[in-house]
Amino acid sequence: MPPSALPDGDPAPVSGELPAAALASIAGTELGIYVHVPFCTVRCGYCDFNTYTLTELGGLGATIGVDTYADAALAEVDLARRVLGDEAPAVSTVFVGGGTPTMLRSGDLVRMLSGIRERFGLAPGAEVTTEANPDSVTPESLAQLSEGGFTRVSIGMQSAVPHVLATLERTHDPDNVARAVAATRAAGMQVSVDLIYGTPGESLDDWRRSLETAIALEPDHISAYALVVEQGTKLAAQVRRGLVAMPEDDDEADKYELADGLLADAGFGWYEVSNWARSEQTRCRHNIAYWAGTNWWGVGPGAHSHVGGVRWWNVKHPSAYAARLRSGESPAQARESLTDEQRHDERVLLGTRLVEGLPVDDLRTGGRGAVAGLIADGLIDGAAAVARGRVVLTRRGRLLADTVVHRLLAA
Amino acid sequence: MARTALAPHATPPDLIRNFCIIAHIDHGKSTLADRMLQKTGVVDPRAMRAQYLDRMDIERERGITIKSQAVRMPWAVEDAAGASTTYALNMIDTPGHVDFTYEVSRSLAACEGAVLLVDAAQGIEAQTLANLYLAMENDLTIIPVLNKIDLPAAQPEKYAEELAKLIGGEPDDCLRVSGKTGEGVEPLLDTIVAQIPAPTGDANAPARAMIFDSVYDTYRGVVTYVRVVDGNLNPREKIVMMSTRATHELLEIGVISPEPVPSNGLGVGEVGYLITGVKDVRQSRVGDTVTNASKPASKDLGGYRDPKPMVFSGLYPIDGSDYPDLREALDKLKLNDAALVYEPETSAALGFGFRVGFLGLLHLEIVRERLEREFGLDLISTQPNVVYDVTMDDGKAVHVTNPSEYPDGKIREVSEPIVRATILSPSEFVGAIMELCQQKRGSLRGMDYLSEDRVEMRYTLPLAEIVFDFFDQLKSRTRGYASLDYEPDGEQVADLVKVEILLQGETVDAFSAIVHKDKAYAYGVMMASKLKDLIPRQQFEVPIQAAIGSRIIARENIRAIRKDVLAKCYGGDISRKRKLLEKQKEGKKRMKMVGRVEVPQEAFVAALSSDGDKGKKGS
Ligand SMILES: Nc1nc2c(ncn2[C@@H]2O[C@H](COP(=O)(O)OP(=O)(O)O)[C@@H](O)[C@H]2O)c(=O)[nH]1
Ligand SMILES: C[S@@+](CC[C@H](N)C(=O)[O-])C[C@H]1O[C@@H](n2cnc3c(N)ncnc32)[C@H](O)[C@@H]1O
Ligand code: SF4
Ligand SMILES: [Mg+2]
Repeated sequence: MPPSALPDGDPAPVSGELPAAALASIAGTELGIYVHVPFCTVRCGYCDFNTYTLTELGGLGATIGVDTYADAALAEVDLARRVLGDEAPAVSTVFVGGGTPTMLRSGDLVRMLSGIRERFGLAPGAEVTTEANPDSVTPESLAQLSEGGFTRVSIGMQSAVPHVLATLERTHDPDNVARAVAATRAAGMQVSVDLIYGTPGESLDDWRRSLETAIALEPDHISAYALVVEQGTKLAAQVRRGLVAMPEDDDEADKYELADGLLADAGFGWYEVSNWARSEQTRCRHNIAYWAGTNWWGVGPGAHSHVGGVRWWNVKHPSAYAARLRSGESPAQARESLTDEQRHDERVLLGTRLVEGLPVDDLRTGGRGAVAGLIADGLIDGAAAVARGRVVLTRRGRLLADTVVHRLLAA
Repeated sequence: MARTALAPHATPPDLIRNFCIIAHIDHGKSTLADRMLQKTGVVDPRAMRAQYLDRMDIERERGITIKSQAVRMPWAVEDAAGASTTYALNMIDTPGHVDFTYEVSRSLAACEGAVLLVDAAQGIEAQTLANLYLAMENDLTIIPVLNKIDLPAAQPEKYAEELAKLIGGEPDDCLRVSGKTGEGVEPLLDTIVAQIPAPTGDANAPARAMIFDSVYDTYRGVVTYVRVVDGNLNPREKIVMMSTRATHELLEIGVISPEPVPSNGLGVGEVGYLITGVKDVRQSRVGDTVTNASKPASKDLGGYRDPKPMVFSGLYPIDGSDYPDLREALDKLKLNDAALVYEPETSAALGFGFRVGFLGLLHLEIVRERLEREFGLDLISTQPNVVYDVTMDDGKAVHVTNPSEYPDGKIREVSEPIVRATILSPSEFVGAIMELCQQKRGSLRGMDYLSEDRVEMRYTLPLAEIVFDFFDQLKSRTRGYASLDYEPDGEQVADLVKVEILLQGETVDAFSAIVHKDKAYAYGVMMASKLKDLIPRQQFEVPIQAAIGSRIIARENIRAIRKDVLAKCYGGDISRKRKLLEKQKEGKKRMKMVGRVEVPQEAFVAALSSDGDKGKKGS
């Protein structure tokens, strides 16, 4: 799920070729593939993802749409195969995100997965996820996905409280969430739900109700995100005009603590700042790859990729994206090759988000020196640091991860 | 009528007229000067451009780059019999603002007359009035002139009456001109010749010339402007500065017309420039008397005064490593600013910087702006303060230029500088102004109606109140209509205390202030709440307190931060987040530690910055 504002970077070559140093990491590292599907029926007021309604894309006259998308994406999978070469391992995880991937026919989603399987092969036990909107799935479409090789569905629930959903401009029918969860399970796939907290007007009790509703669905996995007022969204404009209140950090902190408590009681363990799983087996391996810094290729407009210390991102607009591929060019808009210092920063930034934590030995002298103070301040877990030599955030530390990271990055 | 110019050094005093133009900014002084340059023929019509004298520097690559302070122009008048005589008119520029009253007084002292130029659509302003009074004290002949009579909004009758009331005479004596169309400019030149007295002096006495301006020029060193009173000065002779007894050689002497033209010297009543090769305006000071080394005068012209700083502020580079650059920049500015004084100062919160003394707020702003613009420095300036003289119970005297030096022990008495302020305003605001001056500890000295609806109010006010926010308040309470001028008027004993600001129990020297006992509470509350908004939340609670000695008079709390994590950080968020982190790391370098509290530079800047254009005059 690429954010719609792309960073600045260096030019990326038309061929999509990668530096030899980056490719050197290919053989020995797990490979994931993300496929972005940039369509939604309506745009939710808080959302700044790179996604378009069909009207925005120009309706029937559009050069790309839900019917032609799978083929454009497969052209990029071809490119990925060429660039990564014969050394590329079989793919361990596939994640189809959006937008709303389930706006594509299930047949197209399966066709994309098959295309990936044909070109790279899927590793044994590969994890294959799609995001889904509760309104856009049926027992039939889900069964078809499962048959085609999907193993996991992530459902955008956001809240169980009507006025919160209304503020978020979510159009889905809350009752459809339970149906979608049941149908996913019936089709033999793991299921996850996404929640958002801190929406203006949401009380602590509203949030408790959403959590309890989600827990009662007995999903395998729950993600809970603090609402971010992203620049350029309708929500941001409403906040600026004073029509809705800006979410408050203190309120979000209370809600995070409530979530972590209730979820733990219900048997969900946190494994990343905003993610909880019923067991180690139901963690999202694809997402863990982002935080562990392994390799992944992002297919689709605006999608981000990372291979061996090189990050790149594609052009944002679906038409521009399709046009690039049609003329045999890489859709990459720009890229950056990380310096050693940047790689260190990222390792600390991302590694500390995970329950496994970060090896203390990975820190520079100054960072190692900061550990004792962070334990004293109650931000990192003293036992994990002493017994396992790892920096693991406490609950308070997870909320103040930014502060912790700055202190750990001391030279 | 324009004529062939008379040669300097050989011009009899009765053919010389020295004058200045007293005008408020934008009332049209530069435009009128342009017309005079044209009509007297010193600027070729083809070379003419707007604001000629102000912009002389722009196209110059070599030679003197500074703007001209005195221009010599020929002007011929016919007598009743039709015989024409050519005169030499010297137009002398005066610095336009309050902080430089002394410099203004020296420029006026170089003239026998002044053109009082007033915008016929606006009327006179306080600052002009102050300069007018100065001119009258110097016995200058005043020629009242209403400008911009071409404007439809001009009210020449109304303002002619106002001027007549101020300087005496009839409203009809007031000349009416338009610098824009040129109307009335020739009669004005004729009037200057007819009414302004010729200079007088003893041509055979040792030379005595008064320095009325002194400017540093990159190519030529210091260029000194003088008005010769007695005797004469000649090229290549040795001269003596009478206040310091320093001797210099005259490398060049001449007049400006409107380019510098070397001459054979300057005689009685003449105005021109000297170049001696000195590199610092302190060696050639405004107000000093120049005499011949071979035949020195025994008595100077009087009136010389050392510039005295009235307002102090700490200047600190935002980036500590710029400290040497700041020192160098101040050293350079000093070459051209005899009133600038500074010494190194260390602040626990702001690091290394300088305590800098200024003539006033405007001087402070000019210096600060030049340091930032011409030297590319990013600066924090602390809340400006005045100088206090503290007498301790044991009789010890302490001179305080920085609130942090305010002594702790038992204090017998504190005195603070006061000013005489003149406020001009539409009469409807009299009540509002009186209320403000009352709040600012002012006492009314007198009040006069300039016309039916305009009033002049004279007050004694503590300079500290003016330095704080008087001018802003005055402007806002009079919807921008009032104008203010002030000049130093000695000291008074006052009931003052030092308010300190503490962050987590530690005093932050940069925020300390000396204020009147009755204002201490308001200052404490204001500063504490300002800081509460400016200092980001920390991992722990940060109490902010304002205190007088050990007594807490105001407090605020910055609650501990509980959440700063970015909840969602997937593949596409990583580059963005890392860039943010890199930016924050840079930001941390600009944090100052006060105890354990991280205070961003911006918070210091915002907390200390005077809101808006506090103290700016007139314009
Ligand atoms: N209409 C009109 N405008 C004038 C006249 N003299 C000056 N101005 C305008 O008034 C403004 C200020 O003039 P300037 O000569 O720069 O004023 P200074 O600040 O006193 O030097 C400029 O925009 C001029 O064009 C005049 O006689 N008539
Ligand atoms: C790619 S998005 C959405 C997938 C699907 N289109 C949907 O909305 O249900 C994945 C999740 O990110 C979260 N999300 C999106 N925008 C957010 C925002 N501004 N602040 C916090 N979470 C957000 C939502 O929980 C969402 O389900
Ligand atoms: S459905 Fe999901 S991706 Fe689409 S606009 Fe809403 S939040 Fe964004
Ligand atoms: Mg001007």
